[in-house]
Amino acid sequence: MQPVTVITGQMAPLPRANVDTDQIIPKQFLKRVERSGFGPFLFWDWAQDAEGELDPEFILNRPEYAKAVVLVSGPNFGSGSSREHAPWAIEDRGFRAIIAPSFADIFWGNCYNVGLLPVVLSEDEVARLTDLAGDPANEITIDLAAQTVMSGDFTASFEIDPGAKHRLLNGLDTIALTLSHTDDIDTFEQTRPPWMPSLKAPTV
Amino acid sequence: MDSARTLFDKVWDAHVVRTDDDGVDLLFIDLHLVHEVTSPQAFEALEIAGRPVHRPDLTLATIDHGVPTADRELGILDPLSKKQIDTLIANCERTGIELFDISDPRSGIVHVIGPEQGLTQPGMTIVCGDSHTATHGAFGALAIGIGTSQVEHVLATQTLAQRRPKSMSVTVDGALPAGVTPKDVILGIIARIGFNGGGGHVIEYRGAAFEEMSMEGRMTVCNMSIEAGARAGMIAPDETTFDYLRGRPFAPSGADWEAAVAYWQTLATDPGATFDTEVVIDAADLAPYVSWGTNPSQTIRITDTIPDPESFDDSSDRDAAKRALAYMDLEAGTSLTDVAVDVVFLGSCTNARIEDLRAAAAVVDGHRVADGVRALVVPGSGLVKLQAEEEGLDEIFLSAGFEWRDAGCSMCLGMNPDILQPGERCASTSNRNFEGRQGRDGRTHLVSPAMAAAAAIAGRFVDIREWS
Repeated sequence: MQPVTVITGQMAPLPRANVDTDQIIPKQFLKRVERSGFGPFLFWDWAQDAEGELDPEFILNRPEYAKAVVLVSGPNFGSGSSREHAPWAIEDRGFRAIIAPSFADIFWGNCYNVGLLPVVLSEDEVARLTDLAGDPANEITIDLAAQTVMSGDFTASFEIDPGAKHRLLNGLDTIALTLSHTDDIDTFEQTRPPWMPSLKAPTV
Repeated sequence: MDSARTLFDKVWDAHVVRTDDDGVDLLFIDLHLVHEVTSPQAFEALEIAGRPVHRPDLTLATIDHGVPTADRELGILDPLSKKQIDTLIANCERTGIELFDISDPRSGIVHVIGPEQGLTQPGMTIVCGDSHTATHGAFGALAIGIGTSQVEHVLATQTLAQRRPKSMSVTVDGALPAGVTPKDVILGIIARIGFNGGGGHVIEYRGAAFEEMSMEGRMTVCNMSIEAGARAGMIAPDETTFDYLRGRPFAPSGADWEAAVAYWQTLATDPGATFDTEVVIDAADLAPYVSWGTNPSQTIRITDTIPDPESFDDSSDRDAAKRALAYMDLEAGTSLTDVAVDVVFLGSCTNARIEDLRAAAAVVDGHRVADGVRALVVPGSGLVKLQAEEEGLDEIFLSAGFEWRDAGCSMCLGMNPDILQPGERCASTSNRNFEGRQGRDGRTHLVSPAMAAAAAIAGRFVDIREWS
């Protein structure tokens, strides 16, 4: 995972509540076995009609937003399924962060593992950023180390779990971190009751 | 540590391998369920890194999301699904993970087969790359849906790093009124607490309504915890739980059974334990529910009319309601009993167990599916299908004009050929009514199996309490 430090660039406004994972990446694209290349399918059903005709009004189809790196959206972003394909698609499309008043829990966790920064700001702050994002000339800067968001004279600070922040700033491999505690895992395994189920041993 | 602990506290505390300096716990995972859609990238990354699967003996794989539920003798015709399924088969062979292949009658929807095999037991930690993993909480297990990077982490380490969530109790006191099923109970809870009302929490369902419920019903309730945004849902194990588990293939036996039950009996929330959030619902207030919108909290009693978006206080709820009504082609003030359906889907990890099929068959028996309605039954597993056939339920459905399919996720998410056509309206026993969930521009209404069966016969939604 690439480290996340300072993100600077254009914002794309998507002011809708409850943007769910089925909208972010519909099921027909979950059949791929690759981890990359999901970007073209992002928000598929909103970006085009059933005949494949692009909706020129949809924010991500507008050429003036082609360089957006921060998505600004509504509460409960990423609700629904656990599909990591959702943050993969957002990241693959060039986004580095999402700002919303709240996120669904599984999506939130998946973002960290993808290196996509989820930022929670208040509804008022998100509303102001949504207004600012309406002008594609406005840029935003998110400084993870300082936990700040700035755009013009707009400034806000955000909270982040210290461990998650450390992993993002340094692009750490979480599996390697856990494997450094293999002794603890081995010790724990010795304490498990013998009657707990194992696939190798059906009891009847 | 407080002396009085909740069920959730006890299961969590029993699985902490270590706690880091920031207070994040590394939890040991007792059972990892794997399916074809969210695992290929995890296996590939492990292989590239040269990391082995740490505990294949605590891992079970099945194929459910992309499988056809008809004409299986033709094989998997979709080349992408075939590649995904073949990839899982190869990954399991390479890593020594047990796989219930499509030809195995024990195969089926991952959240149906774990309990069916007795692999899901009280007090366990269970994960799966699927948000409906919460289902397994019906046994008093802590069951969490995870993403593919976490699947990779669990395969490599058999652990998951998590910050302890908050706890919520949802208590439903009293006996359920006639016609109110477990599906209605959870739809009513979600309508009450909201689409993200359980966000950041693990819910424990408490009270007489759940104590009286079968294991199948408890699984239906816990399954949809994620539809209220919760990390997991749990119900304390009791005699109903133990009776369900006794004699199942992977349940303990003999002296081990006695030891296990003795432990399981210690798991219930202690008197005096407190929750971060507490919700109390009177069972008498519950009714058969139908969703009208595009998230599961947009749900009303069958006797209510569709709400006016302007009646919502919150502006984002108002906007969401407007969008939902436009997508669903419905108007405020309409009664759902005046709304016709095109398709009826009986299936999914929410409602495709034997009890669900029995409830639907009891409604269908002696009737015919309404003209112009397509109705299908997709059992949750090969074993559910066999049991239903032993009981003659297939004959009831087939003679009424239902399609009788093989097991799989099917039209719940339409990753296989079972999808809605644009504009079609479906009474569905599944768990999500998102835009396009069952097929682009398809319109999903979430209901109980009995309500779905009645809608198939009547060709429109009906109040099951008036069914005869």
